[in-house]
Amino acid sequence: MEALIAKNITKRYSNHTALDNVSLSIPSQSIFGLLGPNGAGKTTMIRIINQIIDADEGEVLINGEKLNPDHISIIGYLPEERGLYKKMKVGEQLVYLGQLRNLSRKEAILRSKAWTKKLGIYEWWDKKVEDLSKGMAQKIQFISTVLHEPKLIILDEPFSGFDPVNANLIKDEIFELREKGSTIIFSTHRMESVEELCDHIALINHAQLILEGSKKDIKHSYRSNTYIVEHQGSLNGSLPDNFSVLDNNLLYDNFYQSIVKMTEGTSPNELLRSLVAVTEVHSFVEKIPSISEIFISKVGGAQ
Amino acid sequence: MNKTLLIIQREFLSRVKKKSFLVATILVPLIFPALIGGIGYVMKEEAENASAEVIHVLDEQGSFNLENTDKYEFIKVSGDLESAKKALAESDDYGLLYIPDFKIESPEGFVLYAKSNPNFSTIGDIENEIEDVIKDSKLQVYNIDKEVLDKLKTKIDLRAVNISEGEEKESDAGISFGIGYFTGFLIYIFMFAYGGQVMQGVIEEKSSKIVEVIISTVKPFQLMLGKILGVASVGLFQVLIWVVLIAVLSTVVLGLLGLEIPQETAMQAPDAETSEKFVRLLANIPFTKIILTFIFYFIGGYLLYGALFAAAGSAVDSPSEAQQFMFPIMIPLIAGIIGMGSIVNNPDGNVSFWLSIIPFTSPIAMMGRIGFGVPAWELALSMVLLVLGFVFTTWLAGRIYRVGILMHGVKVNYKTLVKWFMMKN
Repeated sequence: MEALIAKNITKRYSNHTALDNVSLSIPSQSIFGLLGPNGAGKTTMIRIINQIIDADEGEVLINGEKLNPDHISIIGYLPEERGLYKKMKVGEQLVYLGQLRNLSRKEAILRSKAWTKKLGIYEWWDKKVEDLSKGMAQKIQFISTVLHEPKLIILDEPFSGFDPVNANLIKDEIFELREKGSTIIFSTHRMESVEELCDHIALINHAQLILEGSKKDIKHSYRSNTYIVEHQGSLNGSLPDNFSVLDNNLLYDNFYQSIVKMTEGTSPNELLRSLVAVTEVHSFVEKIPSISEIFISKVGGAQ
Repeated sequence: MNKTLLIIQREFLSRVKKKSFLVATILVPLIFPALIGGIGYVMKEEAENASAEVIHVLDEQGSFNLENTDKYEFIKVSGDLESAKKALAESDDYGLLYIPDFKIESPEGFVLYAKSNPNFSTIGDIENEIEDVIKDSKLQVYNIDKEVLDKLKTKIDLRAVNISEGEEKESDAGISFGIGYFTGFLIYIFMFAYGGQVMQGVIEEKSSKIVEVIISTVKPFQLMLGKILGVASVGLFQVLIWVVLIAVLSTVVLGLLGLEIPQETAMQAPDAETSEKFVRLLANIPFTKIILTFIFYFIGGYLLYGALFAAAGSAVDSPSEAQQFMFPIMIPLIAGIIGMGSIVNNPDGNVSFWLSIIPFTSPIAMMGRIGFGVPAWELALSMVLLVLGFVFTTWLAGRIYRVGILMHGVKVNYKTLVKWFMMKN
């Protein structure tokens, strides 16, 4: 089951195209990373899903239904440009934002109280937001995003501006929400923050989708039969012809790190056997590119 | 629609709960009467307690006798002008009036030397004194009896009756003039005060960056409308409190004064007729009509300008940047209040007609005319145009607003506004 499907979304502004025929399919209960550099079109995509702006072409389906105003109550959105009413009290504000997401007043009060207790800011219930620290305000923003138990949570650059403690807290909450059945869309230009969280990713650059799929598949497809070997003693010319040493660095004393590439059709075990024969192996790891390396190679290639 | 109500409710409560609202609501009806009363009292005290200014009179003619008054005491001096000036400089006295040896047919050459710049009223007072003296001597020269002249003076009181609406109604231009000016000015002030609040509110939402969260749950147009209507309800609520406060206060004050009235009327019998006429005139003023018209033009005008203020707020990041867009909004309002002068003087003239028909000035201009009686069709046309006017400005503002609130750090000029307006959603 797909939580969200976007088909051939195009959005043009007078002097540029923000999204050019972009299609996404986001599995239910996944953490989906929408990645790309600044200005790639991520926020435009997110605003279209939130019905803030309309796409020029294409359509968005949520749980198989065409996007409509009823979906507002099942989406939770934490925008990149986020804030709160400074003069409003914490409790009032959460209840108000909950009501805007179609919660009844009673329900909104109940849940706001539960959440503020959970995140340890209940004693600030009657304080104005302007009296709060930045970290507490961030917690309130997060609560307002998930208060109505949305099935689809959209977080645009969630960790920018969040302090590390809050960032970890939110990571934990996000995993918990996924366990309870929510789907999470992450948008960020900081690939490393997403690597550990996401199980699906899409890369957008210059308004175009350049890569989409599960993190595992993508990484798999970028394997290059290359291994990182740390060993004692030199490797100079002692390996069979189907293995080539790409790089060789002296770490210390007689210890080396070598990058070894093998030809198609050979197995890692054969390489290991050949290595053991000529040197003392200390570590043997397949070199798998990080998302950010894949991204840079993709974007660099596209330009 | 339900969510628009929710927004209106938040806008209303967040403003009404503020201390500044409470203070303004209670103080305004007290401040204005207190201010007017206070200034009046000080002026009266000053006039009563002021000691007479001493003015030296150097009379070249010899027989020019100015009468002393409460305000001025005239002392004759002799000698030449230079020594008189020196004498004045050495004294504590106010000034030196030089009376030349003039011919009665061409009285010229009077000079007032003073140690400071004499103000208008002093100059006017002394001119009157001199003119009176010359007039008296002219009467003698031409052999006219002063008593006969006094009898020639005639004063009549013209009753003005308006028969346009079938029944005869006594009207008084003065009262209509006062009501027109006052209510028109009130609308002018409200447009700025509450329009400004709408703009502030929009800028606050934009600069605190809450706006994107809100418009992911409601249409930008709903948010704008909610804010405009929320502030409107604050305005109406405030006016309502004022009306009640003023009514209670004046009843109390009149009640206290009422105890003193019998003595006053006994002492000032001739005034009874005047005050009776005043009461009769007041009874003829169509207060219900004026109040209903006021409420209509207050709401209509506010909606028209409120939308424009919202659009201006959405285009900028801070109130100081909003100045450039405030100016064109202010121009028609200022035109309305300037036009008021000619409206109350000639309520049926061309200027009055057009200012009270065009929606941008009609809320102010129509209030200026309403006390004098406005033909029904003109009132109807003006109202319909005002409704069309605010529907139009709300639509226009909505198109700018929906784009503007999401733009941060953009340098905005009128070209950008047009671009936003044309942008499809």
